[in-house]
Amino acid sequence: MAYTVRVQRKKIHPHKFNMWVAIAAIVMMFGGLTSAYVVMHGQTRWVSFQLPHQFIFSTIVILLSSLTMALAVKSFRQHHMNRYKMLITITAALGVIFMISQFMGFRFLYAHGVNLTFNVSASLLFIITGLHMLHVLGGVIALLVMFFRAFRTRIRSYDPVPVEVAATYWHFVDILWIYLFGFFIWMR
Amino acid sequence: MSSEVYTGQAQRAAVAAVAVHDGDGHAHHHHQSFITKYIFSQDHKVISKQFLITGMIWAIIGGFFSVIFRLQLGFPDKSFPFLETIFGHWAAGGHISPELYYQLVTMHGTIMIFFVLTAGLSGTFANLLIPLQLGARDMASPFLNMLSYWFFFVASIIMLISLFLKTGPSEAGWTAYPPLSALHEASEGSKAGMDLWLISMAVFVVSQLLAGLNYISTILNMRTKGMSMTRMPLTIWALFFTAVLGVLSFPVLLSGFILLLFDRNLGTSFYLSDIYIAGHALPNQGGSPILYEHLFWFLGHPEVYIVMLPGMGITSELLATHSRKPIFGYLAMVGSLFAIASLSFLVWAHHMFVSGMNPFLGAFFVLFTLLIAVPSSVKVFNWLATLWKGNIQYTVPALFAIGFVSLFISGGLTGIWLGNSALDLHLHDTYFVIAHFHLVMGIAAFFGMFAGVYHWFPKMFGRFMNNTLGYIHFWVTFIGAYLMFWPMHYEGLAGMPRRYYEYSADALAVYHRFQGLNEFISVVAIIVFAVQLMFVFNFFYSIFKGRPVKDPNPWKANTLEWTTPIHVGHGNWPGEIPEVHRWAYDYSKNGIDFIPQTVPVSPAEEEVAEPVKTPQ
Repeated sequence: MAYTVRVQRKKIHPHKFNMWVAIAAIVMMFGGLTSAYVVMHGQTRWVSFQLPHQFIFSTIVILLSSLTMALAVKSFRQHHMNRYKMLITITAALGVIFMISQFMGFRFLYAHGVNLTFNVSASLLFIITGLHMLHVLGGVIALLVMFFRAFRTRIRSYDPVPVEVAATYWHFVDILWIYLFGFFIWMR
Repeated sequence: MSSEVYTGQAQRAAVAAVAVHDGDGHAHHHHQSFITKYIFSQDHKVISKQFLITGMIWAIIGGFFSVIFRLQLGFPDKSFPFLETIFGHWAAGGHISPELYYQLVTMHGTIMIFFVLTAGLSGTFANLLIPLQLGARDMASPFLNMLSYWFFFVASIIMLISLFLKTGPSEAGWTAYPPLSALHEASEGSKAGMDLWLISMAVFVVSQLLAGLNYISTILNMRTKGMSMTRMPLTIWALFFTAVLGVLSFPVLLSGFILLLFDRNLGTSFYLSDIYIAGHALPNQGGSPILYEHLFWFLGHPEVYIVMLPGMGITSELLATHSRKPIFGYLAMVGSLFAIASLSFLVWAHHMFVSGMNPFLGAFFVLFTLLIAVPSSVKVFNWLATLWKGNIQYTVPALFAIGFVSLFISGGLTGIWLGNSALDLHLHDTYFVIAHFHLVMGIAAFFGMFAGVYHWFPKMFGRFMNNTLGYIHFWVTFIGAYLMFWPMHYEGLAGMPRRYYEYSADALAVYHRFQGLNEFISVVAIIVFAVQLMFVFNFFYSIFKGRPVKDPNPWKANTLEWTTPIHVGHGNWPGEIPEVHRWAYDYSKNGIDFIPQTVPVSPAEEEVAEPVKTPQ
């Protein structure tokens, strides 16, 4: 009797699908937090304040990083590994610059007396942007892993799945920031 | 898709090497040590057992806590010296202190809802059944699946540690409403115990998210050939909607917990405003505890269905199998699961009718709450129609499934009362609520779990559980459930409030007349708990000494898990994964007792299935 062993079919790579479901979960978390912002905004003790101008810079940085990420994926697919290495490095660097810029924004607020306990409006801003920054940090770590993998000499992998999953996540944190920034401006 | 044929010695080696997984880069499974096979296992079946056994340990702890606080409620004047032995100064003189009472109530609710009925129930059956019933080698991401258990384990350890703190575990109730949960000064349990509670729950949420995204991904992407969505067993449909509810609602709860942790430890005021403690005003301004209630109940209500849906799926499956009848109204069952899951997101504020909500908004939540009764009724009707004129085999799992239907009906009907804002104003936070949710989502969900454990025990361990002990377990628990919770409706209608340490004070003297009833309930609770210990004994004894399974399909069921060998290896099927040709409920069809999903549809069946053509 002979066993037939067959590779199981998959409609979409499970890691990609997992990422989409995880994105849905993260969207719900930020949905909960921004709805809390809306609810608290209606309270009488809400105090508005100016958003730091560093946030505009960080928005431009994260938009640029999305562009370099998209180009990195394209290069990887075309097996232009040198260009891919350069682009993934730039993307990771832009991620770090985004975080530094956000941090500078927080410092600006602190310098103007707007700290975590200043008012529920500031507390929410700090928590929401801080949590977003944590998500960006996760993305930067993933990009650094991609970066080191690309420079690995002993094992070469041309499997696009990890790169595509990381790119999906990176674009997501970009879009999430655009939403949050627009939301803060609109609700202010 | 690639296909290879192996013969002889090469075949055995290849099967051992390749059949363990699906060619998705999981070669690391091949040579497993004890630790990688049983501890840090990525095999969904082992993870299922890990969830089940951890859940059972928690159930014993949670159940034990309920027995202790029922001793207080039933016998407030009596001394039980053994309590002092266990709890020390918290139960000086054999009387538990009010702080310990609230801690026990809090931990009972937390443990039972999250650690037993969410992780224990979903984690066990989703892990066991999703790959097996869909024809998959494993979950979409076995590594994340393993992590989901270990996050649960870490959450468990953190919660367990909180039980041994000098100041005790949280005593803010399982809902952890601020300001009690937000202020360290509020009570002993509001100190480190509350922080550990929040950290444990945050880790728990991560565990549930990892598990949920794996379940969804596996169900949508890894079904075997022929397993269309409309051929999936109803258990899988139920677990799918459970996972969707968890993935979409737990993150909102997590956001609420993050804000609470900040309020407690970093001086923010999300939930606090104008608070005075011992005459001194706290600096917190601008927050609202109602915000927490919104964030909490946005999970809290779907959580009811996260707990219930797996039981509904298991019940649907078992009623068809054990009554040897096709499930009645398969598509209506799927549709009602979808409707229940969708509506569960739109009703959270019915838990907040007494929070000063605008009556217009309240009317909206009443409407959607009552609407859930429609798909719920569809399910009940279909279960009863499935049983109707069936060749019912009163096995232990069948009895628990029927018991589930009974409890769901009697517990669900009172939900209509509580969903009505006008009635809820009176019944809110009374024993009526306790009775309602214990019947419908506490005991009923446990019945779904027990039904599943008895039914799939042969698949998990290759042995049967003891039948006699199983019948005793069912009847005592079933009768006991009604004896405990039916009288509580009466107490609640009379206005007896819940979460009170005792009712002997002058202001509560009106409820002291229920003391006899409370004693009775407590005695029944002790008996029912003792029978659960007997179930635990039966479970562990049967793993080693139970009657061995000889037939790979002992219940004569149609679903794919019964096409595996009795002792299922990693990878589930030696050789090729079976193909599916039909739905899961072909029982008593054309004079044949059961037709497994792997049996191709015969030309005669196709002929029967052809629509009758009317002459032109």
